[in-house]
Amino acid sequence: MEFNTSLFGQVITFALLVWFTMKIVWPPLTGMMEKRAQRIAEGLSAADRAKQDLANAEKASAEKLREAKQHASELIAQAEKRANQIIDEAKDKAKVESERLLAGAQAEITQQVEQAKGVLRQQVATLALEGATKILKQEVDAGKHAVLLESIKAEL
Amino acid sequence: MAENTSTEYILHHLTHNRLHTEGAMANFHLDTFWIALVLGFIFVGIFGLVARKATDGVPGKLQNFVELIVEMVDTHIKDTFHGKSKVIGPLALTIFCWVFLMNAMDFFPVDLFPWIGSLFGINHLRVVPTADVNQTFAMSISVLLYIIGFSIKAKGLGGWIKELFTAPFHAEGTVGKICLLIPNFLFQLIELIAKPISLALRLFGNMYAGELLFILIALLPWWINWVLGTPWAIFHVLVVTLQAYVFMVLTIVYLSMAVEDH
Repeated sequence: MEFNTSLFGQVITFALLVWFTMKIVWPPLTGMMEKRAQRIAEGLSAADRAKQDLANAEKASAEKLREAKQHASELIAQAEKRANQIIDEAKDKAKVESERLLAGAQAEITQQVEQAKGVLRQQVATLALEGATKILKQEVDAGKHAVLLESIKAEL
Repeated sequence: MAENTSTEYILHHLTHNRLHTEGAMANFHLDTFWIALVLGFIFVGIFGLVARKATDGVPGKLQNFVELIVEMVDTHIKDTFHGKSKVIGPLALTIFCWVFLMNAMDFFPVDLFPWIGSLFGINHLRVVPTADVNQTFAMSISVLLYIIGFSIKAKGLGGWIKELFTAPFHAEGTVGKICLLIPNFLFQLIELIAKPISLALRLFGNMYAGELLFILIALLPWWINWVLGTPWAIFHVLVVTLQAYVFMVLTIVYLSMAVEDH
C-alpha cells in the first residue's frame, strides 16, 4: 500500500468518466428505454381498444343485419298485400266491364227485337192489307176506308 | 525475464511502473493511470456508441446487452434512492462498468502484459488498477464527496451541519443537546470516514489477493498450473463481478442515506 499522486490522477479520471457518462451515455439510453416502455404500453392499450372496437362493430353489424332482415320481410309483406289488392281491383274491374257489356248487348237485343217487331208489324199490316185488298178488291176503297185501315194497322 | 527466485518474481509483479517525483505524495503509477484510462474509454466508447445509435424499436444484440446493464443499475436506483438526481445513475453505471473492466484485467495471464511491456522496455507493469489502493481510494473518496454534496443539496448547508451535531443521538432539553454535540459529531465523522475506507479496502483487498494468488499459481510448474489456476480463475469471475456490483450498490445506498433525514 502506497498512497501517492496517482490518487489525484484516478480521481480526475473517475470524474471525467462520470461526466462523460452523464452527458452522452445515461440520458439517451434511459430516455430511449422509457420511450420504448411507453410505446409498448401504447401498443397494448391500442390492442385493447381495437378488441373493443371489433366487438362493437360486430354488435353493430348484427344489429344492421337484423334491421335489414326485418325491413326485407316488411317489404315482402307489403308487396304481397299490394299484389292481392291489384288482383282484387282487376277482378272488380273485369266484373263491372262484363256487366256493362252484358247490359249493352241486352239493350241492343231488345232494340233489335223492337225493330224486328216494328218491321214485322209493318209487313203483317201490309200483308193483311194486301190480303184484305185482294179479298175486298172491289168493295174497299183505300181512300174511303183509310181511317179503318189505320186503326187495324195500329191494332196489329 | 531475469527473475531468479520466487521472491524476486513476486516482488517484480507487485511493483508499479512509476513516475518518480518529489514531495509529500511522491511518485505516480503510470500503469494504473493508463490502463484505467483506456478501460474507462472502452466503457464510455461502447456505451456512448450504443446510446448514439439506440433505437426504441427492436434492439440489436449489443444494445440489448447495454440495456441489460443500464436497466439493472436503474432498477437498483429506483428501488433504493428516493430523491431526484441526474448524477446518481451515470455515477453508479460508471462505477459498475469501470470497476468490472479493471477487475477483469485479472483474467489475462499474469505474465502476458508484463512480457509485452518488457519488449518495449517497460520493466514493471501491474495490469489490475483496482489492486492499487490509489485507484480504489480515488473512487471511494469521490463517492464521499458525492455523499457530502448530496447531503448539502438535500438539506441545505445549514441543515447538513446541524445534522452533523444533532444526530444520531437526540435529547430533549437545551443542556442535553449541548452535551450531545461532541458525541454526535464524532459518530457522524466516523460514519462518514468509514464509508470510503470500507468501500476502497474491500475492493482493493479482494483484487490484490486475487492478483497475488494468480502470481503464486504462476510459480507452479507449467504442467500442474491448471489444477489451481482454472478453479481460481472461474471463482474469480464471481469475485470480479460481485466486487463491481457491491461497490455500485453500496454507493447507491450511501447516497440514498445521504439525502434522507435521520
